[in-house]
Amino acid sequence: MSDLLFFAFTALTAGGALGVVLNKNAVHAAFCLLLSLLGTAGLFVLLNAYLLAALLILVYAGAVVALFVFVVMLIGMQGGTGKPTGRLATVGAFLAFIALLAGAFVTLTREPLPPPVLANMPPVGAELKLYAYQLFTTYLLPVEVSGFLLLVAMIGVIVLAKKDKPEAKA
Amino acid sequence: MTIGLHQYLILSCLLFAIGFFGVLLRKNTLVVFMCLELMLVASTIGFVAFSRFNAAMDGNVFVFFILTVAAAEVAGGLAIIVALFRKRQTLMLDELDELKN
Repeated sequence: MSDLLFFAFTALTAGGALGVVLNKNAVHAAFCLLLSLLGTAGLFVLLNAYLLAALLILVYAGAVVALFVFVVMLIGMQGGTGKPTGRLATVGAFLAFIALLAGAFVTLTREPLPPPVLANMPPVGAELKLYAYQLFTTYLLPVEVSGFLLLVAMIGVIVLAKKDKPEAKA
Repeated sequence: MTIGLHQYLILSCLLFAIGFFGVLLRKNTLVVFMCLELMLVASTIGFVAFSRFNAAMDGNVFVFFILTVAAAEVAGGLAIIVALFRKRQTLMLDELDELKN
């Protein structure tokens, strides 16, 4: 059953990703990204990381994809108005894709990892208390830094989004 | 066949490669940005899988930070894209070639 779900979510994730890459319309690409993220959240649930699955849906599907769709609609760049990708660029991109995949597969198959016995592994990712404990002890400094990063991002976006005044008084 | 760490890592690599392919292939800046997000998500799958199969919390916690950084990145990046569009009226990468030559 779990194997079946893994393949279903894998198909959803990879299919959605291919949809993002191959779709001509940017709005459709955004919705394919949403599908891919849903599949990823399903995989997180299979890996017992329930909190991360919920966060992925909230942050990515809720905020990021909505923002993408909003911007695509705002500036109206849905269609492919420009000339299509050149032949050389397409072939190069495909070769890079194959090379990356081949490298990953070779690395993964040359030295097979010892198969961990899942029955012996407690699903640590399922417990909320452990996240809180880690975030407020070992990872306290990164939490502070990422909070500061969000503040910087917020102020930066406000500055960037403001219309330039024709003559700003110094 | 039982699903182990290997299968998750292969999926993670595949997703990363698809995102990379999209970054190289597409001309629309917004879609390139979406493909970058795909690559970030691919890395989170690897982190969570390693965390689950080693019974360690660190990978899971790291995904937190990836999500935070991704959210900040999307906000900043889209603001830059909107500002760029206001100035140039286009988002196609082959038309944004001021620095070329």
